[in-house]
Amino acid sequence: MIRNINKKLQVTNPAQFFLMLFLTSIFFAGMVFPIFSLFIKAFQNSSGGFAGFENYFKYFSQPTLSYSLLNTLDVSLTTSVVSTMLGFAYAYSLKRTNIKLKRFFRYVALFPIFVPTVVHGIGLIVLFGKQGILTQLGLVIELYGKTGIILSEIIYTFPQAFLMFYVTLHYADGRLYEVADSMGCNALTKFMRITVPEIKYTLIYSLFVCFTLAFTDFGAPKVIGGSYNVLAIDLYKQVAGQFNFNMGAVVSTLLLIPALLTFAADRILNAKNYGEISTKAIELKIKKNKLRDGLFFTVCFLIFVFFLMIIGALFMDALMKYYPYEKSFTLEHFKFSQSTGGIQSFVNSISMSLLTAVFGTIFVFVYTYLIEKGKGMEHIKKIGRLLSVAPIAVPGMVIGLSFIFFFNSRSNPLNFIYGTVVILVLANIVHFYTVPYVTAAGALKKLDKEFESIAESMRIPGWKILLRVSVPMSLPAILEIFMYYFVNAMVTVSAVVFLYSADFKVASIAITHMEEAGDIAQASAMSLLILTVNLIAGSIYDRSQSNSTALLIGKATNAIN
Amino acid sequence: MSYLKLENIYKQFAGKVVLKGVNAEIEKGELVCILGPSGCGKTTLLRIIAGLETADQGKVIIDRKDCTMLPPSKRNFGIVFQSYALFPNMTVEQNILFGLSEQKKLNKEQQRAKALEVLALVGLLEHKNKYPAQLSGGQQQRTALARAIALSPGYLLLDEPLSALDAKVRSKLRLEIRRIQQELGITTIMVTHDQEEALTMADRIIVMNNAVIEQVGAPRTIYEKPANTFVANFIGTMNFYENNKGTFGVRPENIELTKNVLPESFWTGKVSFLEFKGAMIRVYSKLYDNREICVDLPVEKAKAMELKENDTVYLKVADRHLIQYADVQEAV
Repeated sequence: MIRNINKKLQVTNPAQFFLMLFLTSIFFAGMVFPIFSLFIKAFQNSSGGFAGFENYFKYFSQPTLSYSLLNTLDVSLTTSVVSTMLGFAYAYSLKRTNIKLKRFFRYVALFPIFVPTVVHGIGLIVLFGKQGILTQLGLVIELYGKTGIILSEIIYTFPQAFLMFYVTLHYADGRLYEVADSMGCNALTKFMRITVPEIKYTLIYSLFVCFTLAFTDFGAPKVIGGSYNVLAIDLYKQVAGQFNFNMGAVVSTLLLIPALLTFAADRILNAKNYGEISTKAIELKIKKNKLRDGLFFTVCFLIFVFFLMIIGALFMDALMKYYPYEKSFTLEHFKFSQSTGGIQSFVNSISMSLLTAVFGTIFVFVYTYLIEKGKGMEHIKKIGRLLSVAPIAVPGMVIGLSFIFFFNSRSNPLNFIYGTVVILVLANIVHFYTVPYVTAAGALKKLDKEFESIAESMRIPGWKILLRVSVPMSLPAILEIFMYYFVNAMVTVSAVVFLYSADFKVASIAITHMEEAGDIAQASAMSLLILTVNLIAGSIYDRSQSNSTALLIGKATNAIN
Repeated sequence: MSYLKLENIYKQFAGKVVLKGVNAEIEKGELVCILGPSGCGKTTLLRIIAGLETADQGKVIIDRKDCTMLPPSKRNFGIVFQSYALFPNMTVEQNILFGLSEQKKLNKEQQRAKALEVLALVGLLEHKNKYPAQLSGGQQQRTALARAIALSPGYLLLDEPLSALDAKVRSKLRLEIRRIQQELGITTIMVTHDQEEALTMADRIIVMNNAVIEQVGAPRTIYEKPANTFVANFIGTMNFYENNKGTFGVRPENIELTKNVLPESFWTGKVSFLEFKGAMIRVYSKLYDNREICVDLPVEKAKAMELKENDTVYLKVADRHLIQYADVQEAV
C-alpha cells in the first residue's frame, strides 16, 4: 500500500504558511531574541566576558541593593492583600447586594486604569504632601516612602482585583443558593460553602496579580518613593544613572520571577477552573437585607470618596493658580514648559498610542486568525500560541531594557528603529499583547469553523473570507483590542522609560519629569489631559458595545504591567 | 465505471483509527446515505471525499480522475454542513452571490439570474433580502442548500443536514431535498445518524460502524435483510433468539400474536409491558424461558384482542421472516 506522504503539501496553504512564518519571526525579533540577549547580559561582565553568577553575588552583597528586594517584597505583599480584600468587597457589593448607585460605583472603580501609575502618586502628593490639602487640615501622614508607595500601588491594583472578582461573582449559579435555602443553611454557611469555593481561584489569582503589578511598578515609587528603594527604581538607577547594564539585566531577571509565577498560577488555575459553571445555571436572586446593604454601601462609598479626592486633587492643583496660596482659577498650568516635554509630549503620546493601536490590532488579529483558522501548520501554531500568551509574564521595564540590548547592538540590522517611535510602538504591542490575543481568539472561536471549508468548496480565496466575513463578524472584539492598546499605550511608563528619545518624549514620561522639576500643577494638568482622552476613547468604545463583560474579562486577565 | 470511487481508505487521528480500509462506489445521479452511530467515521469519510481531510492511505477517484491529493477548491462539489455555516453578515442572496462572484465566466447579470434561479428552486425567493438570523431553521437549511448548488457542482455533500431541525420540519425537508436532488439529477452523498432519514431519502445506504462499512444496499434490502446483527439492531428493532441451528433475528412486525392457541408450532409468552407508539402498540412479552420478545401490533388489532399486561399470548414467526446470523453484536 502506498502511503500518501505528500499530504502536508496539499493541506497547507502556501500564502498562509509564509505569512505565519513572517509574523512569527517578527515575534521572535520583538520578544524572544531581546529577552534572550537580556539573559546573556545578566551573566556577562561589563567587558562582555562570561561572568557566571558573579553579577548576582555582587548584587546581593551590596546591602542597599538587597534591601530594595526586601522592600519590594514588603510593599507588594501588603498591596496584594489589601487590594484583593478591597476589590472583593467592592465587587461583592456590586454583584451580591442590593445597594444603590451600582453603575456609578463601577465606573469610578475603573478610573485608575485610565491614568499612568505616576498619577496616583501625584494625586496623593496633592492630598498628603507637605503642602497637601489634607495635610493643611491636620491629617499628617508620612507620605514619601513606604506608605506612599503602598497607597499608590493599592490605587493602581484595586481595579484589577475588583474586575476579576466582578467577573467571577457575575457567574453565580442561583440553584446552589436555592438548594442551600431549602436545606435551611444560614448566610454564613452559604458564604463559606458556596461563595468561597466559587471565588477561590480568583482569590489566589488576584493575590498573585496584584503582587506582581506592585512588584514591577515603576511610576509610583518614582514620584513618591523618596529614599525608599524598590527593585524597579534600582533597575532604573543602574541603567539610566550608572549605565551599569549588566546589573540592570540582573535586576530585570529578578523582576521576571513573580510575573512568571503568576503566569504559571494562571495556567494551573485555568486548567482547574475550566467549565465549572454549568450552562444550566440560573440567575441568583439577591435577597433583601438592610444591614448587609448598609455595610457594603459604606465600604463602596469610602473607596469612592477616596478616589474622588484623588481626582478632585488633580483638578484643584491643575486649575488653581498656586495651591494653597492662591486659589483663583487658571488654565495656565496647561501651558506646559518646554523643558519637561511640553504639549508636544501629549501629542506624541497620542500618535504613539494610535500607531500602537492600529498596528497592534492588525498584527494580533491576523496572527490569531492564522492560529485559529489557518490550514494545517500544527507545529508553528503551537509556537504561535505560546508566543501569544508569554508577553503577560514580561514586565514593561524588562521589555524596555531587553530592547536596548537587542536593538541597540550595532550588529543588528534592525538597529535603525532604535530611538524612533517604531521601537516604542513595538514595545507596546509586545508588552500588552496577551489580552488582545485572548480577546481575538475568543471572538474567532465563536465563528463557525466551517466558513473556511465552505469558502474553499466555493473557490473563494481565503483573504476574502477573512475580510468579508471574519473581520466584520469580529468587529466588537477588534474595537475592544484597539481601545485596549490605545489606553494602555497612553498610560504606560514602564515599557517606554528606557526607550523614548529626547526628541520624542511621551506624556506619561513628561509627568514624571514635571514632578521631578517640582511642577506638580503641570503634572496634574497633564494627567487630566490623559484621563480625558482615555475616557473619551473608553466611552466611544463602551457605547459601541452592547455587553461589556468581554472587556471586563479582558482587562481582568490583563495584569502584568 | 462509477462516478465516485473510494479505494481502501485508511485514516487515523492521533493514533485512533477512524477509517479502516473503506471501499465504496457511488453511481452518477444517485443519493447515497452514509449511516452510522456517532464516532463511526462517517463524517471523516465525507470530509475525505470533500478534500477537507486527506486519507492516510487509499484513493479517491471522482469522475475517473484521481482526486486523493486535490485540495477542495479543485474538486467541484457543493457542501452543506450541520451548522449550515451561513455568512451571518450577508443576506440570503449575498450568501449565494458570494461564491458566484468568483465565477469569472459569468457576468453580473448572469450571476444574479443564477442566484434567483436556485432561490426559486428551494422556495426562498421572497426571503432573499433577509439575514440568516431572521430565518427559521428550515429556511437557513434551504439557504445553505441553495448556496451549495448555485455553482452547479459535480456532486453534493450533505453533512447531517437536518439534525439541527425539529421533527416536523425535518420530515418536510427530507422530501424537499430529495425532490431538488432528483430535479437536478445531482450525485449526492449524505451523512446521517438518523436511520429514518436514510431509509426515506436514499437510493442506497452505506451502513458504517467502528471505522468499517457493515453493509451497502438499497433501503429495503438493508431493512429486510440486514447483513449482520449490528445493522439489524441499528436500523429498526430486531428480536434475536438462538437455538441449536444458530442465531436468528426477526422484526417485531413480522411476528404473529394471538390470544388463542395456534394449530401449528408456536411460542408461549406472557405480556410484560405494552408500549403505545401511535399507530402501533409494541407488546413486550416474556417467553417460557424468560427471554424477552417484542411484537408490533396495529392499535386496532390490540384493542379488538383486549390485550393487557400479564395476558398469556401465543407467538408465531413465518420461516421467510427469519434471518440467520453468526453472532449477536450490540448496536450503540
